[in-house]
Amino acid sequence: MARSSRRVVISGIGPIASPGLGIDAMWTALCEGRSGVGLCSTFDASGFECPFVSQVAPDRFDVKSVVPKSYRKATKVMARDIELAVGGAFEAVRTAELVTKAHEPANGKVTIAADRMGCQIGAGLIAAEENELTAALVTSRNASGAFDITAWGSIGMQNLTPLWMLKYLPNMLACHVTICHDCQGPSNTITCGEASALLSIGESMRVIVRGHADACLSGGAESKVNLMAILRQQYAGRLAKATLQDDPATLVRPFAKNAIGCVAGDGGGILVVEAADSVAARGGKALAELAGFGASQSFCPDTVGAEMAPEGDGISDAMQAALDDAGVKAESVDAVIPFGCGVPSFDHAEASGIRRVFGNRAATLPLVTISTITGSCGAGFGAVAAAVGVQCLRTGMLPARVNGDASLGIDAAPIAARKADLKTILVCTPSLGGQNAAIVLRRVA
Amino acid sequence: MSEPRIVVTGMGWVTSLGHSLDSVWKRLLNGESGMAATTRFNASTFPTSFAAEVKKDYDYRSFVKDPAVHSTAGLNSQFALGAASQAWKQSGLAAAPPKDPRRVGLYLGAGEGVLDFDHYVAIMLHAWNAETGKVDGVKWAAEAMKRLGRLREIEQEPNMPLAHLARELNARGPAYNCLTACAASTQAIGEAFSILRRGDADVMIGGGTHTMIHPLGVTGFNRLTALSERKGDPTEASRPFSQDRGGFVMGEGSGMVILETLDHATARGATPLAEVKGYGSSCDAYRITDIQPEGRGAAVAMEAALQQAGINPLARDAAGRPPIHYISAHGTGTKENDSIETKAVKRVFGDLAGSIPMSSIKSMMGHLIAAAGAVEFITCVLAIRDGVVPPTRNLRTPDPELDLDYVPNQARKVAVDVCLSNNFGFGGQNDALVVTRFTP
Repeated sequence: MARSSRRVVISGIGPIASPGLGIDAMWTALCEGRSGVGLCSTFDASGFECPFVSQVAPDRFDVKSVVPKSYRKATKVMARDIELAVGGAFEAVRTAELVTKAHEPANGKVTIAADRMGCQIGAGLIAAEENELTAALVTSRNASGAFDITAWGSIGMQNLTPLWMLKYLPNMLACHVTICHDCQGPSNTITCGEASALLSIGESMRVIVRGHADACLSGGAESKVNLMAILRQQYAGRLAKATLQDDPATLVRPFAKNAIGCVAGDGGGILVVEAADSVAARGGKALAELAGFGASQSFCPDTVGAEMAPEGDGISDAMQAALDDAGVKAESVDAVIPFGCGVPSFDHAEASGIRRVFGNRAATLPLVTISTITGSCGAGFGAVAAAVGVQCLRTGMLPARVNGDASLGIDAAPIAARKADLKTILVCTPSLGGQNAAIVLRRVA
Repeated sequence: MSEPRIVVTGMGWVTSLGHSLDSVWKRLLNGESGMAATTRFNASTFPTSFAAEVKKDYDYRSFVKDPAVHSTAGLNSQFALGAASQAWKQSGLAAAPPKDPRRVGLYLGAGEGVLDFDHYVAIMLHAWNAETGKVDGVKWAAEAMKRLGRLREIEQEPNMPLAHLARELNARGPAYNCLTACAASTQAIGEAFSILRRGDADVMIGGGTHTMIHPLGVTGFNRLTALSERKGDPTEASRPFSQDRGGFVMGEGSGMVILETLDHATARGATPLAEVKGYGSSCDAYRITDIQPEGRGAAVAMEAALQQAGINPLARDAAGRPPIHYISAHGTGTKENDSIETKAVKRVFGDLAGSIPMSSIKSMMGHLIAAAGAVEFITCVLAIRDGVVPPTRNLRTPDPELDLDYVPNQARKVAVDVCLSNNFGFGGQNDALVVTRFTP
């Protein structure tokens, strides 16, 4: 069977989640065991089963502060999901020390030729901004106040800006990122719920191995902190039932016996996935090796995958495929970053998958749980998880864990941040819909 | 070790022209149109009030093993189930399923689902606070929980058709959905081909499914002025490559193909219908609203696919024929697409461009958006099988600046061994596939 001959590494990371843009903010929050869950700053979410969210609040990140002046006008047609991806891409490019078109280089010289730069970004179902759309819809009411579609068709729709729809197309995450950084190589938008970002990172790896690009901006982003997305999370059984009197910091309990669900989140990020030979040629620095990738589909008893079968064999298939792809035995994995969203059926399936792959080691193999900070941020989750995995390897640290316990026979109980000898980390996400993806990250010398 | 050869062993589609492989093909060759007044919602006052809809006689339940398993299926999933079940049956895998489901994967280009528009609007209006100019979140939530159905909302996630097909066909291998606008299902077939070549699966279901014939879909495209607003007979509205073209006409439906490694197909005695030889993906990285004016990205995608297939676009073949015998154009019928696509094809094929028949079936079944590439890929395989290429309907007023052979109005008998299928997504993502006659 044909297997990779070209080594692929991660050379830049740009995660974004409730603590803000960049790995430093995320890492500090994780190591201190802080929670990202709180009240929503842009609207009142207290009408849902869970009144709390994990938001990238407007004062934590403003896309206008990262794009060049020449691109500020384009931010008007960006939904929050797109802003998160654009922010993450600038941070990834910065940490990789790449010069792209966005820097308007005086000599016109960019680090990697445009046609050798690809882009694969995971995206979710983007909700229309309610205030903007409703301001247009209210112009088409009849005498009794009900919506009149014939008025909408003839005049009302003119109240929407001509480019309205472009804010909400999932491929616009990749389109804006490729325009900013002039990525003319292979480009894709993957929409498989929480598995999207790792599927994108895996596809970037394959594109580079088959020689169709030297580097890819890769990852995913999603903003679920809006009315429609929170409702859908509630309908999918994802939200922790809570009231304003509850302590938001303890609501999300990954793998805990008393887990009650998650909160809607904003998050994601972009990584620079690059051929090792390209990094060497430009005198750059690899942050970690992207050693393996695997994907699978779970059997979903409810067809749509809002519930997971407790066996978790689809999840273990993806993990095992990634390990096989990397040529790594389960014994040599030093830590696992799972989805661990605190939704019991997903937690149970993931825990079964981990126990199946790691056998007796499952109880002591360190897990890194991050959903207490990210919440349920859909297509963005895997990108934050991958960036955290890279940071664990770079620093030789495992961050703190909060709110979990060891009841599922896996190492999820609360613990402080600590030093660890980490060479190999497995990152895995199942998804609503049943797709699973996993990657293997390895420390570089 | 050389990479495995990848063949097509099954195909199926659900379109405005019907839902069986050969009857739709026959209608395409006759130059028939699937367009009529929009019935999915009251579009009577919209700038565009017609579309190419899947007809009411289509019922996915007659294609699936157990309809109860799919009772929540939205339109995209319903179309996908019919198309994939036909393809699965034709491949022979329905009668003799693969032994290891983990070696069967899926790569779809499915669109987002259809919003429950009437209720959605009522909720918005109910929660609107005219004084603040904002929707009240608490009022919105209470009304939404009353009006919006749980599974109907979940079914709008773009990976739901994937979930339905995985369940129906018992596929447990690598599973993806991509949504690169109008290029999505070409990309899906291309990536499925790449996964098979790498050895990560033996069988892949590839294709797409989509409808945007709903109030906000049509609103969005009307505001972009991308749709034809032609008055009169809807069957005349889609006019790719014609001087008086004025935009595309929305179609809907699904196309699905079964791809597998030649070894796997041979071992089970399946008949290859065609061979996939090349796939190219590129990005304009230009503007979210416009195509790169020289067709740079489109040309790069075509060249990458041709290169992988080992085809020199500038040289005739040994028999003196052009290097490609048919191009399935993206051919949306917008001013911009058709002229830039023409430029890009000339850029790739040089002097030979004019000798390659190139047509757009969007003139007949409309633009299936994410599913367009899959139905067009199927058209290429049928052109190879039958030695005939479908026409571009409504091409009676040639545009003097568009000087390729667009196969106007009449299907044409021509030996076809090698085809190129193009799709270019809104926002700049481009994909192309090379598919050839299978020779052992």
